[in-house]
Amino acid sequence: MELGRKVKLMQGNQAIVEGAFYAGARFYAGYPITPSSEIAEESAKRMPLLGGIYMQMEDEIASMAAIIGASLAGAKSFTATSGPGFSLMQENLGLAVMGEVPCVVINVQRSGPSTGLATKPAQSDVMQIRWGRHGDQSVIALCPASVSECFTLTVTAFNFAEKFRVPVILASDEVVGHMRENITIPSPGELAVAERKKPTGEPAAYKPFIADEDGVAPLASYGSDYVFHVSSSMHGPDGYSNNNPANAAWRVAQLHKKIEMHREEIIITKTFDTEDADILFIAFGATTRASRAAALELRKQGIRAGVLQLMTIWPFADKKIASLGERAKTVVVPEMNYSGQVAGEVQRILGAGADIRKVNSYNGEIITPQDILKAIL
Amino acid sequence: MSHATGLQYLKKGVLPHMWCSGCGVGVMLGALVRSFEELGYERKDTVVVTGIGCTGKTDDYLVTNALHTTHGRALAYATGIKAFNPKLHVVVLMGDGDSVTIGGNHFLHAARRNMDLTAIIINNFNFGMTGGQFSGTTPADAITQTSIYGNAERQLDISALAELAGANYVARGTPYHVWELKTNIKEALSKKGFSVVEIYSPCPTHFGKNNKMKEATAMLQWLKESGLPVEKYNSLEKSARKGFFAVGKLVDREEPDFNTRYEEIRRRAMNLKV
Repeated sequence: MELGRKVKLMQGNQAIVEGAFYAGARFYAGYPITPSSEIAEESAKRMPLLGGIYMQMEDEIASMAAIIGASLAGAKSFTATSGPGFSLMQENLGLAVMGEVPCVVINVQRSGPSTGLATKPAQSDVMQIRWGRHGDQSVIALCPASVSECFTLTVTAFNFAEKFRVPVILASDEVVGHMRENITIPSPGELAVAERKKPTGEPAAYKPFIADEDGVAPLASYGSDYVFHVSSSMHGPDGYSNNNPANAAWRVAQLHKKIEMHREEIIITKTFDTEDADILFIAFGATTRASRAAALELRKQGIRAGVLQLMTIWPFADKKIASLGERAKTVVVPEMNYSGQVAGEVQRILGAGADIRKVNSYNGEIITPQDILKAIL
Repeated sequence: MSHATGLQYLKKGVLPHMWCSGCGVGVMLGALVRSFEELGYERKDTVVVTGIGCTGKTDDYLVTNALHTTHGRALAYATGIKAFNPKLHVVVLMGDGDSVTIGGNHFLHAARRNMDLTAIIINNFNFGMTGGQFSGTTPADAITQTSIYGNAERQLDISALAELAGANYVARGTPYHVWELKTNIKEALSKKGFSVVEIYSPCPTHFGKNNKMKEATAMLQWLKESGLPVEKYNSLEKSARKGFFAVGKLVDREEPDFNTRYEEIRRRAMNLKV
């Protein structure tokens, strides 16, 4: 990538690749799938020139495995996929949680169930992202609403992955992935880029699962002086199998706690005119745009409307929603799924008595400002 | 002359190992660590990747780097490690379940890509860890816990598959032919490109018990009598080969491995300046 700030017209998927390279990603493994394939194509084209590796694996299971392997060898690594491929990645994504392996998984969401409408957008993986793996585990997931956010949130995704030794899911959707907008690519150094903590003590004493005060253990790379084990099985501080119940309880809790500890840093939201909002839109990804247009239209009509954008969907923005939802008379949650996956979370926070209006699209069509206005007026 | 013991690669205090009497995994582990010693492998430059099953427990005995993965996916993890850091010795230990049953697709493609990995496969013809069900390498008509009337399916030949899919090196061994096994493992480790050592291995606890080889020695006896040196096996008429199998080096070729090819393509890309 040429140095220096520059303005470019590009697609959301392309901005994700730019963001990944800006963050220092040098390993991509994936399996082509609509509507994410541009991420693979751009990575394949640029990786060799950047000294990195592009691998096209035999399936998404292997892709997820390969980025974990590369990360343990020291790479910032990522993959990109959509619904069916994301389903296949779940088991190995669980290993990244269990083994505390930094990596980034892009899910450009498309309409399901199953193969569904392969070229159409959806936001129907919200709960799969949170709960899609066996075993109870916490994850971090981010949702861009624009091409510019595709860039910045990809950098953030890598930063969170490195800082907290976790897989981070960037959940965009077909609309955001394929739309074209002008974005300003920051100069190197303009955005913070995090690197994983490396061990510094005596190599023989290194324990890859003993956390520092920040809840995160330093991670060596295979090939360094720090020889280490990582395991999908329950393991002790040294990474070797350990069936002791007290150890298992400590490990499971630690995996959750390190995310809990940094909740405030991880949960990123944006607000638009929410201070006096009687009508509060809670939106994420592509529906943020329609929500903002609807809110502006309502303001023109003298109705005080505002938008809370969830850029982090997991962990969920409980506190922010509780404080803004208290003030609002009506909360509207537009989302491209049938069940109201985010609306259900909002209801959990605001209580059964709250006036929560769901606006859902599940036919592969985007939600327009008119759809939203129709639902509330 | 003293023989290599490979003890420096074994974790202290973990012996005796967990595998059943007569199992081949321990013999493989012994041959592996002796090979490491004879080849002068540094612990820090060596990564052992395992899957799930009896063979998948091997990493717990080693003090090299290790990654204990999900069932069937060890080769895909190893691919990521090796592709990013070609200097590492990456060894993948799997059973017949990991390698060619649940993980068959990864096996095909690791061989096709000619990843510079060494896959050492304990083929004991059934799923041992889960109690002895049939796998992709269980012979037709064999009795297992899920084929009590005989296996309706046919047996996959791991070595033949490896050759066809593009592995640079393929050998077959047994725990009976223990010194030859070490030689083959050393050759496989030293070979650039995808190398496979398939080890026909006794599972007296499950496979043997169900197939008239209940005693550990009965399965070893069978391996001793049925395993013929490659040259001898090849000299037999096809009809005379029934009931025998070849032991030793089966394939040895010098096709460029993935990393070598990727660097060639990278140089091409740099010259084009896409």
